Amino acid sequence: MQLKTLVWRELFERRNQLATSFIAILLGVSVIVSVENITVYSEKAVAKELDALGANVLILPKSASLQTYYSADMQNEEIPEEYVTRLVLSDLKGLDNLFPKLSMQVDVAGKKFTLTGILPQDELKAKAAWKAGDVFARPPLCVGDAAPAEPTPSKETQFRRRVIQKLDAAEALVGAEVAAALKLKPGDTLQLEGKTFTVSTILPETGTVDDSRVFAHLHTVQQLAGKGPVLNAIEVVGCCKEISKGLVQKINKLLPDAKVVTITQIVDTQIKTNHMMAQLSWLFLGIIVIVGGASMANYMYANVYERRREIGTLIALGAGSGVVLRMFLLKALLLGLGGGIAGYVLGTVLAVILGPRIAGVIVLPLPWLLLLAVGVAVAISLVASYFPARRAARMDPCTALRET
Amino acid sequence: MLKMESVSKDYTLRGKTVKALDGVSLEIARGDFVSVVGPSGSGKSTLLLILGGMLSPAAGRVMVDGKSLYDLRPEERATVRKKTVGFVFQMFNLVPYLTALENVQVPLFLAGVDDRGQKERATALLERMGLADRLDHKPTELSVGQQQRVALARMLANDPQVILADEPTGNLDPETAQSVLSFLEEVNKEGRTVVMVTHDPKAAARAKRMLRLCDGRIASDHGAASASALDTY
Repeated sequence: MQLKTLVWRELFERRNQLATSFIAILLGVSVIVSVENITVYSEKAVAKELDALGANVLILPKSASLQTYYSADMQNEEIPEEYVTRLVLSDLKGLDNLFPKLSMQVDVAGKKFTLTGILPQDELKAKAAWKAGDVFARPPLCVGDAAPAEPTPSKETQFRRRVIQKLDAAEALVGAEVAAALKLKPGDTLQLEGKTFTVSTILPETGTVDDSRVFAHLHTVQQLAGKGPVLNAIEVVGCCKEISKGLVQKINKLLPDAKVVTITQIVDTQIKTNHMMAQLSWLFLGIIVIVGGASMANYMYANVYERRREIGTLIALGAGSGVVLRMFLLKALLLGLGGGIAGYVLGTVLAVILGPRIAGVIVLPLPWLLLLAVGVAVAISLVASYFPARRAARMDPCTALRET
Repeated sequence: MLKMESVSKDYTLRGKTVKALDGVSLEIARGDFVSVVGPSGSGKSTLLLILGGMLSPAAGRVMVDGKSLYDLRPEERATVRKKTVGFVFQMFNLVPYLTALENVQVPLFLAGVDDRGQKERATALLERMGLADRLDHKPTELSVGQQQRVALARMLANDPQVILADEPTGNLDPETAQSVLSFLEEVNKEGRTVVMVTHDPKAAARAKRMLRLCDGRIASDHGAASASALDTY
């Protein structure tokens, strides 16, 4: 017989009360863990996108609402493809690459994916071929900003840089998630909206919505969508120096019916969302501390009241107030540890399942959150139990023995 | 020697002060067997709890081995209880979620005995009480008599010199009550001092000395002369 034996046995004596208190801690901690987990991966996705994407200017329909960069081209509004020609033929300096996109929802094997049409570079060049000194006659990046270009970069690298050189009408670049879901590999065929595509490349996982997309030739997608020569967005790799010299304003002037935003503005929106989630997790933490703490304190007070005779007997048998105090605090510690660990597991599972749906990012378990979960649960448990435990330790054994 | 010097204790109930003990003085010699009788509310249980270091008197002193019990710090008083006093309760007060063996282990654990020592001592005591085949039974799985025997084994766990029993036969059938009284006589013969509160005149008559309390005062003290012949603490 040790103190822990006494505590452990008592813990399972009143199972309903134990379950209520445990569930309060479990749910509270799991909410903190899941929100924090999703927030961390959402922030990572933004950082990754900033690193991976060359595009730093986005041209959208005037009325497009902008919630997140990743789905900026997923609205119903369109702009004419002719805008691309206008940009190519303009005198604007600092337009290094243009990446026009049109997206539509497609069903494959009962699952919904996004089919995004893109225009390869060779056709963009063709648009401007007659014009001497066109934008594509220049090196792909600004002088001074650029790294030396690879002689023949792979399709994956080309895609990452938003500079797909060639793309056949029936060729498809498949995102990692789609490929995994449909078990596709290069060389396979894929039926989309009645048209057969050949998978040329499986794109590496990016952690963004691009993973759940199939990329095909813009004109093919326009035909399938039946919308004519339109686009949802044009991603632009603008030269940083030219952007600072007013490239956005110049594009605005050239395309007055379009909305021109820089990546900074877009990312700001995403950062605000992340910030909101971070604040939300603090709010949850506050609520959980209050609700969980109150629930725990209530449980402990009830537990002390119900165990008056037992406490009185222990004191009669020679237990000092320290033993009684430790007995209740050890119980609180065990509840905190159990609730913290179980809350971490449940919260992580929720984050992994809900993360892609809520924030559009792939979420993986974060081991350091276990420390946070256990720390929060144990702290709430101990603090909330201290006063009930002190009451037990100071209990008048005679009153306790007489009352019961 | 257990000694009470002009001990008083008041309770306040619904704004009224009730005198539980009113200037009680008495001496109990080592090895004595004292029964305390009296009507309900006469102060019997209060006297027992004050003797056990569980209830501070409003006035007066309680001496154990020449030390004033209530001048000790609470933790020191707990140590006196642990080493010197064994309690027996009317309702047995077994811990419901522990087995018979574990219940007897509790005072040993509180006294700092190691796990092996606890089990050996508790097993021996339960065997002495005829409960060798009930070691792993919880209180609810035992008969009333068996529960009281577990409580008696627990009372003896730390080999106390003073046994304070509050209505130990109050909840028992006559046969079991007899065996409990026999057991108290047996441990008294071993040299332990027994103070037993009871309503049962037959049980009270089994003691060497009988105190009658009335309105918080000692109304009569039969057999006190024999106590003086016993060794003192």
